[in-house]
Amino acid sequence: MSVDKDTVKRIARLARLALDEEQAGHMQTELNAILAWVQQLDEVDVSGVAPLTSVVEQRLKMRDDVVTDGGYPEDLMKNAPLSEGTFFVVPKVVE
Amino acid sequence: MVQPADPAKFTLTDARDAIRAKSISSRELTEACIGAIGAARSLNAFVTETPERAMEGAAEADARIAKGSARPLEGLPLAIKDLFCTKGVRTTAGSRMLDNFVPTYESTVTQNIWDAGAVLLGKTNMDEFAMGSSNETSFFGPVINPWRARGRNEDLVPGGSSGGSAASVAGDLCLAATGTDTGGSIRQPAAVTGTVGIKPTYGRCSRWGIIAFASSLDQAGPMTKTVADAALMLQVMAGHDPKDSTSVDIPVPDYSAGLEGSIKGLRVGIPKEYRIDGAPPEIDTLWAKGASWLKSQGAEIVDVSLPHTKYALPVYYIVAPAEASSNLARYDGVRFGHRTESPRDLLELYEKSRAEGFGREVKRRIIIGTYVLSSGYYDAYYVRAQKLRTLIAQDFTRAFEACDVLLTPSTPSAAFAVNSKTADPVSMYLNDVFTVTVNLAGLPGLSVPAGLSSEGLPLGLQVIGKAFDEATVLKAGRAIERAADFKHDVSRWWSTR
Repeated sequence: MSVDKDTVKRIARLARLALDEEQAGHMQTELNAILAWVQQLDEVDVSGVAPLTSVVEQRLKMRDDVVTDGGYPEDLMKNAPLSEGTFFVVPKVVE
Repeated sequence: MVQPADPAKFTLTDARDAIRAKSISSRELTEACIGAIGAARSLNAFVTETPERAMEGAAEADARIAKGSARPLEGLPLAIKDLFCTKGVRTTAGSRMLDNFVPTYESTVTQNIWDAGAVLLGKTNMDEFAMGSSNETSFFGPVINPWRARGRNEDLVPGGSSGGSAASVAGDLCLAATGTDTGGSIRQPAAVTGTVGIKPTYGRCSRWGIIAFASSLDQAGPMTKTVADAALMLQVMAGHDPKDSTSVDIPVPDYSAGLEGSIKGLRVGIPKEYRIDGAPPEIDTLWAKGASWLKSQGAEIVDVSLPHTKYALPVYYIVAPAEASSNLARYDGVRFGHRTESPRDLLELYEKSRAEGFGREVKRRIIIGTYVLSSGYYDAYYVRAQKLRTLIAQDFTRAFEACDVLLTPSTPSAAFAVNSKTADPVSMYLNDVFTVTVNLAGLPGLSVPAGLSSEGLPLGLQVIGKAFDEATVLKAGRAIERAADFKHDVSRWWSTR
């Protein structure tokens, strides 16, 4: 299975990564090399095998459904590249 | 106890004993490490140095020691991989994306380390978002291995992704360091720098506050000069944390207590699939030597089979990018991290911030991950890979019916030259061929320096254990260390550079 350049661009859009023509070309070559290499997994019969969901058998703990943390909006804003008060600023979304 | 002329050359354990015996102060140890770091900038092992904080920490530690209330790592200067969030100290993950990120919280593992009294020297360089095996994907440039081939002055890589931690331990810039390991990122750099590194069982250490790469594989662990140091440091790092639901709530045994115990009767499995074509013969020779060292100390050597080994790397390069593409979706240019200048709209804000903030390897993995999770390909790639992962984990379960630990080489080769493998991603990925299986199965794995290559470069052996049996892994590693008598003799060539 090999991917074409349009597929690479579509995937990059899904991943919200801007790629120019040249970068998409490089990415296509590299992606196809990796996909060709992982192709060897097809030789194994996996029928009847359950996909692994957890490496360590454990039961997740339950706790009361109450707020245990929070109340420091200033801390959350500290690394925001652009903010007003305790609001994150983004380009205009609605006209 | 050996008291070296240069305090930075202390092992963690010896420094602890010397501090308690009051034959050295934390201040002296810390000053020596700060001096060594300052003289080693050409190795590029640190992204951020914190000398003032270190000296303050040392003063507090010396005060506690004077009062007789020393904690397990009291006054011991350590380096922390720049993937652990440290409150008030810039944390970059080796990425332009987080170039200016200053966490307002502390990772659980580093909090455990400070609660034990340790001193922070700085944050170590690493492959961007821990994606790499040579430390060459870092936004802050490659780290140089303190080791050089005999009679040569070519710059070698320290392995990756915990390359800065490995180089600072090997170069005696700190007493010990933290690392993280998703596919070999503690054990592979430890092996090629002649240091000790253990990736504990998945769930042994909390992942809270460690910048996420692939959450079902990531684990933190110590990188040290000796196995005893690894035991001492893991003791402090490990333990249940309510903030990480995958951290396991079971007691942490005393890792140092059984370290010198006999390995008589220990069953050591040799998996035949780890003998790979094209590996230098010295790797096989060292492996056989390791088995004979254990045998001569009373262990029983058994041949075992892990039939799905060859599929581990391709499985990893589906599962890890899939999880990474999901984890790294948080970098949107809005809440934290790099933001592009004057975007036209929201979509451009996302796409350009991410395109500018992430380096090439990270983008490659996000694209692969997004592809294998995308509609129409999910079953063919991701689900199939997770099924193979089940088979790989079952291989280990079966092998451990016949043995207590497994012995393998740590890496397929010694350290290689900077820029020699960056052109072909797949050839770079092969560095993790012996380590990645362990992450996929969630098991503990230790790399211990065992000898030198024909060029005079360090090579490691890996001990793999049953889930949560780090104690036996460390004991077997100590037995190898005892027999190998590896010498950490790097001349400080960099201080004159």
